[in-house]
Amino acid sequence: MMTNFLVLDRRTRTMMVILGCLVLFSGIFLGAWLYGEQGQVTNLPLRKLPPGWDRPFGTDWLGRDMFARTLKGLRISLEIGLAAATCSAGIALAFGLAAATMGRIVDVVVTWLCDVGMATPHLVLLILISFACGGGAKGVIIAVAASHWPALTRVIRAEVMQLRTSDYIKLSRRLGRSSTWIARHHLLPHVAPQFLVGLLLLFPHAILHAAGLTFLGFGMSPHTPEIGTLLAESMRHLSTGMWWLALAPGLALIISVMAFDVLGNNVRALLDPKTLRE
Amino acid sequence: MLPQLTKFLFAKTIRLVLLVAAVATLSFVLASHSPIDPVDAYVGAAIMKVSPEQRQMIIARWGLDRPPLERFGRWAAQLARGDFGVSTIFNEPVTAVIAKRFVTSLWLMALAWSFSGLLGFALGLIAGAREDSLADRLIRIYAYTMAATPTFWVGMILLMVFSVYLGWTPVCCAWPLGLSAEQATLWQRLHHLLLPAVTLSLIGIAQITLHTREKTIEALRSDYAVFARAQGESTYGICRRALRNVALPAVTLQFASLGELFGGAVLAEQVFAYPGLGRTTVEAGIRGDIPLLLGIVLFSTIFVFTGNFLADLIYHLVDPRLRKTAGDFS
Amino acid sequence: MLAIQNLSIRFTHYTFGLKKKEVCVVRGLDLSIAPGQVMAVIGQSGAGKSLLAHALLGILPRNARIEGKVSFKGQRLTPERLATLRGSQIALIPQSVTSLNPLLRVGVQVARAARLSGISQKDVPTTVHRAFARYLLQKEVETWFPFQLSGGMARRVLTATATVGMADLILADEPTSGLDPITAGEALGHLRELANTGKAVLLITHDIETALQVADMVTVFCAGTTVEVARAEDFKGLGHLRHPYTRALWAALPTNSFIGTMKPIERTSDTGGCPFRLCCNDQDAVCGQSAPELKRTGEGWVRCHHA
Repeated sequence: MMTNFLVLDRRTRTMMVILGCLVLFSGIFLGAWLYGEQGQVTNLPLRKLPPGWDRPFGTDWLGRDMFARTLKGLRISLEIGLAAATCSAGIALAFGLAAATMGRIVDVVVTWLCDVGMATPHLVLLILISFACGGGAKGVIIAVAASHWPALTRVIRAEVMQLRTSDYIKLSRRLGRSSTWIARHHLLPHVAPQFLVGLLLLFPHAILHAAGLTFLGFGMSPHTPEIGTLLAESMRHLSTGMWWLALAPGLALIISVMAFDVLGNNVRALLDPKTLRE
Repeated sequence: MLPQLTKFLFAKTIRLVLLVAAVATLSFVLASHSPIDPVDAYVGAAIMKVSPEQRQMIIARWGLDRPPLERFGRWAAQLARGDFGVSTIFNEPVTAVIAKRFVTSLWLMALAWSFSGLLGFALGLIAGAREDSLADRLIRIYAYTMAATPTFWVGMILLMVFSVYLGWTPVCCAWPLGLSAEQATLWQRLHHLLLPAVTLSLIGIAQITLHTREKTIEALRSDYAVFARAQGESTYGICRRALRNVALPAVTLQFASLGELFGGAVLAEQVFAYPGLGRTTVEAGIRGDIPLLLGIVLFSTIFVFTGNFLADLIYHLVDPRLRKTAGDFS
Repeated sequence: MLAIQNLSIRFTHYTFGLKKKEVCVVRGLDLSIAPGQVMAVIGQSGAGKSLLAHALLGILPRNARIEGKVSFKGQRLTPERLATLRGSQIALIPQSVTSLNPLLRVGVQVARAARLSGISQKDVPTTVHRAFARYLLQKEVETWFPFQLSGGMARRVLTATATVGMADLILADEPTSGLDPITAGEALGHLRELANTGKAVLLITHDIETALQVADMVTVFCAGTTVEVARAEDFKGLGHLRHPYTRALWAALPTNSFIGTMKPIERTSDTGGCPFRLCCNDQDAVCGQSAPELKRTGEGWVRCHHA
């Protein structure tokens, strides 16, 4: 099977990897839905059990099944990450397009905003915004959304700027094409893939930063156990030897984040002519 | 060279002042809109014991009864004199708190920064020079995994293995409990520093490795590498000749990534209860210490700016093309 | 000195959406050079000329495959043998200044080339000074960076780098591109001088006019294959040129009134038969049946059924 996989040509392989990532994500959401509130059920006789066949991730100090909790936490983490990254990408698209098309003043302002947005370390900015929003899931989403747009804004701005000054668009204009025609036939095919890849590659950052923020104690309450919250809780039980509380949820988070990374890079490989040479 | 350098420095200073002004304004607006009541956050669990009169007193002392604009004006005027106000949780001037905590953090960040920089560069060079070899694959897998790993999780696993199970390293803090920073020996401090620094380095390596790998591959495919090969140069020789071309962007990147380093330090310090600036940031945020939080935001902005500035400066000093435009050559 | 028989170069690459594709850039190329000779290889832009030089040095990218027989000084040129000859016996004069490392001083780079060509460490400085002096480069140029060189100076530095050693075969890739006529003439003059000292020079260019200024022999290269080998004098009149494509080239010279004798080469045929028959005015039934072999005609060679 493995050798077969290596022999497959790159296109099929890329497609299969993309499909695999999508299956993984649907698995997480489906699993979280199937387990439902099971992760909340305390079962004191079964507490502090290490991982075994019936409980792959073990149970915590209240006898809650860690597998169910991890799935739910992962779902919440992914949702927060997706929501925040999508907002961020939306802001980036709007700002990037505005900067590139609406004249010099708008451009200067947007560039300046990007500089200001990138001036402070991400995590410090996250803490500040989350503090300003008074915490909660909403605070985390707003914080992540409000701090991740500058990089993508710059990419989109540069891309559109370069296209606008390119010869074939100037020619189109000379030939009397309307702005909307040019936007649809020349700009969209270039910017859309860039935007999609940028969005996909924002997910891992957003998810990790959201997890970090909740780990520090900002945002989520213990009743909505996001992965960062789970791990922060497990910190208190490290010294009692309950290693599984930290290990499994962390690995699950890493695998999901990597899956998003892989997804983004493979979609880029499929769309970007620069990676075609090998 | 000199007039150019002065101009460069002058432009950068203007930029910094504008940037700090913008960040200060924005963060003040943000912080003052927080629904978290600073008095509640300050007194914490003792909330029941505080009478309304005491409450009023605290509010008056912090100037919270004034309209926001006036508060901002007063705070900005203080800032301009270099006074960041008084931290409510430490009851000390913000500048003093930041200075003390930053020195502790600096140990950690400097160690992690240089270690991850050197190792990351070496790994990236190896991976790029032997593209698609086994070493390259392993290094790439490592880097991609670390790029997807939360810093605090690495810290927790290390803490569990080395401090809890093996007992090789201390469980918390920057020096033994009961001692002050001055009383601790260098060895004790390094011992406490080890795990947090390793945590930060393990994560920090990822970015510099992948970047160096890209640059190495790019250099090996460049026209000058092809010509060097045509002269009979080996791959090793080509890498040695291209070292400067690869190292320059790597050093720049390492300086420009001080923001990430700071963020990583916040998380690592939280895991290891290391009393540095990162942990102070978290405390300030959770306990609603607005003057301290704003002070740290501004300080970290200047910190990141300094990194970017040094990166720029190095480029100007090392790259002959920029040096030429700076008027160094006749 | 050098003889190439039936050389072909193929590349595998991916097209949009990652579909794998193999492209044959050079096929059935034949070429030979004697010592003291300047052999010009003339071909259209994109005909795979630079690849020829890279193939002879064994420095093609990894996705390239080479077939055919190449011999140097009478012995088969294997990849192992090539690794020892590269730089010391066969040297390349690259196309542009981007072939010099932008962050290293020119002198350092020439010194390294000298060292690689087998000159002992203690002789390197004098050899480098001599190479600079030979091409009228001032001593201070050694301390310059590549971006400080003018076009003509860069060309001389590149020539100095390639000839600082004792290489017997010099491959010059587009030595006149981007140069004004006077500087170009100077660069060509240097190649002629090298040939006059007994070296073999392979001059790869798209510009037939500049090639004729210094070349002894001309190999016309089209669609990845040799179509004709002729003496430079043969280009003085149409009479000695045998292949329709070469005639078209000759006719396209400004002195020859640009008479079009052939349709532009837009398509070549892969279905057997002469690859040029789709755009040749003289084609008939024979051309469709088999691809013509290279055959001897007087001093040169030609690949045409009707020559």
